[in-house]
Amino acid sequence: MANVVVWAVWVVAAFACLGSGIAVVTFSNPFYSALSLIGNLASLAVLYLLLSAEFVAAAQVLVYAGAVMVMFLFVIGYLGSRADAPWAGGPSWQTVGAVLASAALFVEVIVVIGLKTSGRLSHQKPVDSVFGGPYDIGRLFLTDHLLAFEITSIVLLVAAVGGVVLGSHARETP
Amino acid sequence: MKGPDVVWYLALAGFLFCTGALGVLIRRSPLIVLLSLEIMLNGANLALIAFSRHYAQGDGQIFALTVMAVAASEVVVGLGLIVAIARKNLDLDVDKLSTLRG
Repeated sequence: MANVVVWAVWVVAAFACLGSGIAVVTFSNPFYSALSLIGNLASLAVLYLLLSAEFVAAAQVLVYAGAVMVMFLFVIGYLGSRADAPWAGGPSWQTVGAVLASAALFVEVIVVIGLKTSGRLSHQKPVDSVFGGPYDIGRLFLTDHLLAFEITSIVLLVAAVGGVVLGSHARETP
Repeated sequence: MKGPDVVWYLALAGFLFCTGALGVLIRRSPLIVLLSLEIMLNGANLALIAFSRHYAQGDGQIFALTVMAVAASEVVVGLGLIVAIARKNLDLDVDKLSTLRG
């Protein structure tokens, strides 16, 4: 019974994910695209919960769907109607080529997954309740992956300084 | 509680990545190009977390969290650039922003 429920939740979340992903690409108004991306991120958080990655799911909702998307919506509101660039207004062979290229990429991914993983990825290892929680993530970050943790802080600092520099430069030269 | 195998998650991640790539290729608004980049990064994150669950090791989740931090930094710089371009009253169109060339 629990198996069926997990599959049902997976199917709903996966189709929400696919639909909102396609909606992001096809909406002509960037505001609606950003709102669809919030739905995409929320359904991905559900999938992360199914994969027992609770901390990453919480971080996804807080950081992505919270902070990053608020910043996106703020900038889209600030730019107003100028944000509405023409939808694929280029030559149509460009659109056809782009669709063909991404379809070819998808077929390649599926073929590689089918060839390399058929039958070998069916036995999941069992996990305990600690797996994916804040304790596990914190222990890994401060022992095995301390360098990644510190470099992440430097990357965030550089990005903050870069954002301030870009903003102040734009104000000096009206 | 046994859910779908990791293969299903990998197929979904591949589809998300290709959807984002399609958006990056066909859209001309830099805002939507950034949104499509987020979809590509999230597809990669889903594959990382699916493998992390499959092998019952947390390292993939650490990688996914690092990718999230890098994506947040990328959005800060990208949106700063877009606002700076808009304040100079240039068109927000990635095909017309070619003044850096030559």
